[in-house]
Order: sequence, then C-alpha cells, then structure tokens
Amino acid sequence: MTTTLTPETPPTFRPLGEIDAHTRRRKRRSQLFRYVLLVAMGLSLFPLVLILWTVVSNGIGAFGWEFLTQPEPPARREGGGYLNGIVGTLYMVGIATVLAVPLGVLAAVYLVEYGRGWFAGTVRFFTDVMTGVPSVFVGLFVYAALVRQFSFGTIMGAVGLAIMMLPIVVRSSEEMLKLVPEDQRAASAGLGARKWQTITKVVLPTAGPGIVTGSMLAVARAAGETAVLLLTALGSLQVVTAFSGVAQSSITLLIYQGAKQPFDPGKERAWAGAMLLMGIVFLLTFTARWITARRTR
Amino acid sequence: MATDTGQRPASAPSSLRSSGPSRYADPLFRAIAFTAGASVLVILGLMIGTTTRDALPVFEYQGLVSFFTSDEWRAGFSRTEFTGEYGAFSFIYGTVVTSLLAVAVALPLAIAVSLYINRLAPKRLKRPLAYTVELLAAIPSVVYGLWGLLFFAPTFIRPVMELLNRTLEPVPILGRLFAGPVFTTSYFTAGMVLAVMILPIITAITREVMAQVPRDQVDAAYGMGATDFEVMTKVIIRTSFPGIVGATMLGLGRALGETIAVAMLVGGSQRWGLSLFFGGDSMAGHIANTFQDAAPETVLALIAVGVGLFVITVIVNVLARLLVWRIGRVAGDAAL
Repeated sequence: MTTTLTPETPPTFRPLGEIDAHTRRRKRRSQLFRYVLLVAMGLSLFPLVLILWTVVSNGIGAFGWEFLTQPEPPARREGGGYLNGIVGTLYMVGIATVLAVPLGVLAAVYLVEYGRGWFAGTVRFFTDVMTGVPSVFVGLFVYAALVRQFSFGTIMGAVGLAIMMLPIVVRSSEEMLKLVPEDQRAASAGLGARKWQTITKVVLPTAGPGIVTGSMLAVARAAGETAVLLLTALGSLQVVTAFSGVAQSSITLLIYQGAKQPFDPGKERAWAGAMLLMGIVFLLTFTARWITARRTR
Repeated sequence: MATDTGQRPASAPSSLRSSGPSRYADPLFRAIAFTAGASVLVILGLMIGTTTRDALPVFEYQGLVSFFTSDEWRAGFSRTEFTGEYGAFSFIYGTVVTSLLAVAVALPLAIAVSLYINRLAPKRLKRPLAYTVELLAAIPSVVYGLWGLLFFAPTFIRPVMELLNRTLEPVPILGRLFAGPVFTTSYFTAGMVLAVMILPIITAITREVMAQVPRDQVDAAYGMGATDFEVMTKVIIRTSFPGIVGATMLGLGRALGETIAVAMLVGGSQRWGLSLFFGGDSMAGHIANTFQDAAPETVLALIAVGVGLFVITVIVNVLARLLVWRIGRVAGDAAL
C-alpha cells in the first residue's frame, strides 16, 4: 500500500477577492443605507431652499422703497408698506436689547467670575430651562403682571422681548467669558488690579466680540418673535412713536395679520414683510457666524 | 501714601490695602453681578407666581381634573365672574398630537442627516451642510406660518394628506387616524411644519453627540470587518443614544411650546378629533388665536391654559437638559 502525501481531491479554497453570499448581502445593505442617508440629507435641505424661493418670489413684487416708507393701508388696497411695523420692531427690539444685554452679560460675569457651588449651578440650569419657555407664556406673564395694570404698548412689548433674549445672552456670554485665558486674569491681578478692574478692563474687552455675537443672535430671535408681541404690543395701523400707553405694531404682527386675511394685496405685503424679516434675521446670523468663524480660526 | 507704605513693615497685609472708599468697589461689583445672576431666577419665579395666581380661580371654578379632561370649552363674556365652561382637553390633545407627529418625522431625518454629515459627507462639505440645516432654526416662526398657510399646506401637504386618507382609511383600527374629511389646516399640517422647525434643533445636538463617539471604537468595528451600516447602527447610534434622546426631548419641548406657526396651521377650532386631518387647536395656538377677542374671565382661563403648557414644557425641558447635561454643554444650542 503506497500512501500518497497529496490527497486525491485537493481541498477547495475560495479564491482571494471572492465574497460569500452573507457578506455580499451585508455590503449591499450598507450601500442601500448610504443611499437612504443621502436622500434624507437632500430632503432636509429641501425646505430651506423652498422657503427662500417662495418668500423671495412672492415678496419681491410688493417690496420696494414704498414698502419701507409707507404704513400699511387696509388689506384690500394695493401699495403701501410696513413702515408702522418696521418702526415698531426697531423700537421694541432696541429697548429690549438695552434691557437684556447688560443684565445678561452681568449675570454671565457672575456665573464665570464669582459663581461657585449650588447657587451658580441653579442659575445656570434655570437659564437653560428658560430658553425653553414657550413665548406665548412669556407674553401671558407680561400681560398679567404689567399690561393689565397699565396698557398695551412699546415698553410692554420690549419687556417681553427682553425676557426672551435674556437666557440666550447669559448662556452665550458665559461661554465667551470662559474662553478668556486664566493667565490674563492672573497677569492683571499681578499688576495690582482689583477684581472689578480685571473684569471690566481685561476680561470683558477680550470676550467683547464673542459677547456681541451672542447678543446679535438674541436680537435676531427677538426681531422674529410674534407670540409675545401679540399679547403685549397688540398691533397698530399707525406709526407709533409713544414709549407707552399706545398699542404698538411690529413686522411680525403685520405678517401674521396679513397671512390670515383674505385679500391678495395684504397677502402680497405679508410675503414682502417676510422677505424683509428674513433679510434682517439672516444678516444678523451671518454676521455673527462670520465673527465667530474668524475668531476661532 | 507712597512714602507711608515704605515705613511700615512689609509683612503687615494691611499695608497693601487701600483705606479709601475704593475698597468697597470689589464687594459692590460682586453684589451687582450677583443681583444680575439672581434676576434670572427672580424673573422665572415671578413668571410662575403671577400666572399661577391668575390661573388658580379658574382651576377652582372649573375643577382641576375637569380643566384637563373635559373637552367642553365655551368662552364666557363676563368682566367680574366666571360664566363659561373651561375644559382644555381639546387643546392639550392638539398640542400633544402635533408635537408627536413633528418628532416622529423629524427624529429619523435628524439621525440620518447627522450620520451623513459625520460619516459620509466629503470633508469640505461637512460644515456647509451642517450650517445649512441649522439655518432653518433662524427662520422666524411667523414666516413658517405664512409659508405653510399660503404655500406649503395647499400645494404639498394637502395632496399627501389626501393620498394617506385614500390608502389608509380602510385599514381596520389605524384607519381612524387617517379618516376624512381632509382639512388643509389640520393637526397633520401643523405637525409637518413643526417637523421642519425642530429638525435643526435635533440635528445640531445629535450631530455633536455623534462626533464625540471615540474614534477607536469606530476603527475597531471597521477592523473587525463591519460595514458602514453596521458601524453606524451598532456603534455610533448606540453610543450616542442618551444624547439623541436628550436632543429629541429638546425638540419636543420646542414643538410643544411653538405658538404662531401652529396657531396659523392647526385649524383653530375648539373641538378635537381622532383623525390627523381634523382641524383642531393647540394650547399655545388657542391662546394666540383667541386672546385678542377674549373677555376678562376668558383671559384668566387662557392664562390657566398657559400655566398647563408651561408645566408640560418645563418637565420635558428639564428631562432633556438632565440628559444632555451629562454629555457636556453642546455649543450653539443657546442660539437655537
């Protein structure tokens, strides 16, 4: 009996590069999943493009010099513009900024420079909670606390907007203050500066651009706010310059009313108002992002 | 002063301290900063206190249980007493249904977009894509309302609703959710636009959480021969799961409290219906829709609805924050 070292039938090896059915199925599923993700990505970009396109194409017709310089006529009539809303928005957002930004920055200074322990943690936590408070609830609060005693008006709307802005200013300023290097504070103290001098002359100027960025985002949020103003400023057909006592209008309130009424000229103005509002908000957002991008590079 | 300090022994700490009124500057500044910090809590406290004070008589008049479970809402017209019927269930139902619809649509999209941006997008496109999606958060809600009401609902959502109505109504139990008649402004319409509005919020946080998944884990999975699909579902999504839940809760909180867009799109009736195509109203929407015509007693009832809404959103938000908190602060969500 002779034994052969090589078996009669050599074992079969799968050639390199050939894949079994199971692996092929896994790969195919993975490829399919990649396509699904690509479709989802495209689908998510679609609304933004659609909104920009519809707002601009519908709004461009009624937009123009007259739109910016004339108050809103009755909805049935052509022409006219949103001057009453533009004045109201600038007026109220301006006051709200004056109220919210200093308070918010100081609160952030407290959190970063002084805040230790549970109290600072509580403030931080509830500031975050406050960013999630529904705007209509803020409106109800200002109505219940102030409007009922006094009257609808510019300052009431501004207070409501300021409350909406406050948590955004606090949290964004806090992040910016944290970025100021500890060495700078130590150097300032080493030169003999008191803590308040260090904060006002070293820390705040260093964090300045970042704080401006955060505040701009808060301003953008306030400019686009409607629900708060519905309950505090109420709306007006005339240009209102009174600080208080007279109901005030805003771009957002005019858009809201223009969208709900049945006449075409009013709707066209609402689209133009939306275009203007998005222009303002995007300008603020882009500028803020541009500043941040330049600083973090 | 200068000559004076030279004569004292340097070891005495008092020699470096000013004795003038400027020594009060630091404590004063600290007190101002503390007041500003505390003012956030004071404002929040005032908000809760004032509105609850106004809402209590309504809860007493209507009964707390009946306020939340009765669907009978008849606005009264009295200045001095309660005459109406204030059961807010219809609005609570509308709020919950529209928000859940929004999350159901936005969450899968947000996860898919985050995965795409993190794992598949070319490096140069990552930031632009993320920015573009997050830009949706910058659009004011009244613009969403206008766009939804005059363009998106009649041209896009209505055909979808009619299709769903035709195909799904015959299905035994599920069909009741898709029963006709189809209204252009309905729970479904509001839910879809809300989905667009909360998509950037959920995406922003999910994307950052996914970016924090340790590279080693991902590489290890690939090294063992896992496909892209397996890495994404079994490593990335699983590791970032708590963050995704937190992001979803934040999105849900935003959807629950969203006012103007929902007020314009949800239908504005005082009834509720099981069908998603029914035109109802949400809590926030009903406040915005009827506030301007409300008599004093109804205003109090609306404030009570606001308090209910506040409680719901705060619970959701606190849970969300606690979940996201552990992962660390996610940059940029204050701006959203």
